[in-house]
Amino acid sequence: MEAIIIGIAKSAIRLATPYLYASIGETIGQLSGVLNLGVDGVMLMGAFSAFYTVLKTGNLWLGLLVAIVVGAIFGLLIAFINVTLKAEQGISGIGVYIFGLGLSSLLFSTMVGTVQTVSGFSPLSIPWLSNIPIVGEIFFRQNILVYGAFALIPLAWFILNKTPLGLSIRAVGQHPEAADSLGVSIVRIRYFTVVLGGMLSGIAGASLSIALLNVFQQNLTNGMGFIAVALVYFGAWRPTTVLTGALLFSTVNAIQIWVQVHGINIPSDFTLMLPYIVTIVVLAAMAKRRIYPPAALNKPFERGE
Amino acid sequence: MMKMKKIIVILTLISIFVLSLGFGASAEPFRVAFIMPSAINDFAWSQSMYEALLTIQKEMGKENFEFVYSESMFIVSDAAAAIRDYASEGYNLVIAHGSQYGASLTDIAPDFPDTSFAWGSTANVFTDLGITNIFAYEPLSEQGGYVNGVLAAKLSKSNIYGVIGPIETGDAKRYTEGFKAGIKSVKPDAKVNVTWIGSYSDVALASEAAQTHIDAGADVLTGTSQMTVGAIGVAKQRGALWFGYDVDQSALAPQNVVASVDVVWAIALRPMIEMIKKGERGGKIFTLNLANGGLKIIVNDEALVGKTIEDIVKGNIEVKLEK
Repeated sequence: MEAIIIGIAKSAIRLATPYLYASIGETIGQLSGVLNLGVDGVMLMGAFSAFYTVLKTGNLWLGLLVAIVVGAIFGLLIAFINVTLKAEQGISGIGVYIFGLGLSSLLFSTMVGTVQTVSGFSPLSIPWLSNIPIVGEIFFRQNILVYGAFALIPLAWFILNKTPLGLSIRAVGQHPEAADSLGVSIVRIRYFTVVLGGMLSGIAGASLSIALLNVFQQNLTNGMGFIAVALVYFGAWRPTTVLTGALLFSTVNAIQIWVQVHGINIPSDFTLMLPYIVTIVVLAAMAKRRIYPPAALNKPFERGE
Repeated sequence: MMKMKKIIVILTLISIFVLSLGFGASAEPFRVAFIMPSAINDFAWSQSMYEALLTIQKEMGKENFEFVYSESMFIVSDAAAAIRDYASEGYNLVIAHGSQYGASLTDIAPDFPDTSFAWGSTANVFTDLGITNIFAYEPLSEQGGYVNGVLAAKLSKSNIYGVIGPIETGDAKRYTEGFKAGIKSVKPDAKVNVTWIGSYSDVALASEAAQTHIDAGADVLTGTSQMTVGAIGVAKQRGALWFGYDVDQSALAPQNVVASVDVVWAIALRPMIEMIKKGERGGKIFTLNLANGGLKIIVNDEALVGKTIEDIVKGNIEVKLEK
């Protein structure tokens, strides 16, 4: 029983990692009023640029840095389209996704050519903590990007709820007019949150290509960025509930793999549906909670004259 | 002015995307168009067909054989549009490389009686619908799976095996059944755990399935489709053996990939092209198996005996002679 729990929990934590980075980035962006559906495209660009850097230099930290920079550039592009040009956010996000998917595939074909593997971040046992029975093996023998993803939750919670910056972000997403009249720059805040979201999406991609999978191929993320956006709604724009959602989804996924590996006689078609069924059931159950998205979400800011 | 800017941005995005899709160019002789669900470098399904077309081009000469391709056509409606485009451009043969494309072909093929179409893996050429210009190709993957299984059983110490398959159908199912039968022929008490990922492309889930198989005691893994690169990465990291399918996958993990079933599509393409040149347009099923060379087992010595060689070279093993 102990081995089962450890195995499933370790799987779940690895599976949740890319979602956490991407979802927290998207949460912060949406709290400031910008919906970005291009997450998956940015993840792909982050994944490719990190992979390529590591393939050429062998330097994992440089790979991570390049993914962050590429993510930031994409964040700037998204902010420019949505905040400066005031484009329709849903549509432009899809455009960014397709652009990222196409560009990462093109760069991969021309610069790498064929699927290759790299040596990514290896598991790092944390002294003392990793020796705690069960918990140590589950949580404290993972790679550094997994730790980063989980450290991000309290950090994001703290910034959003306990700092003036967090207050400004939420104000811009709820009452941009009021925030504007108090001298908060809507444009600056939204550029900041969207670029930050881009960087985190870049790291999300890198966590796949140089830490968890250590490989790149066309469309590596396989739509994870869209699940990440869904998790933001699931998590009701709160880092802690986003974490719960990500863990729920990945735990059920880990369980369904485990069920199949151990030959428990349930048709695979059914087990594969499980993560999605559970997600829908939980969403339906939570619908009663009356949680509203940020009031200015998906609305470009026009200053009334 | 604002609108203008938006339009420019959107047009730029669209044009960059279109450019990034990548099409080859073409002119006269025997002309083939190839539509695939993944990419020519997927180390699996699409790459094997791409390599076959390169082989044929080498044999016939670039001036006599030309081919173009469209990648990432996983969505059937996109593929159907591409198939129709290529057919209307007068290609001699349009290869729709995927069992999901059959229904589209029955729609399109009757409109282009001078063009031949081919698809697989399947044994269906739709002559029952009165269509005469569709070829089919089908590898007997279970034969390759069986050979891999026999070798796997001889190498496994734990006698627990993990299969990471995409969707329980077609090639993948046949290969898995063959692999199981091969193992059981050597070790009837073997434990073969099978997982289906539900996707040909979910690398992350494939990787996690491999982790779970190894946690459950498997020391030999196998699987089919392009998502298996995730599983091969795990095999490499955790020191499990891997058996490949579609192409020689040893370059991904030279110490771990023991053998790969190479699907030699050229065995089907050569006679198909000859038939088309003689004026026949379709109606024939080409089977690929071990007997006709359509399936080949590529054994990777490095994974089998590489460590032994390295140990002797480094002096860790000293081979002593008994007097």
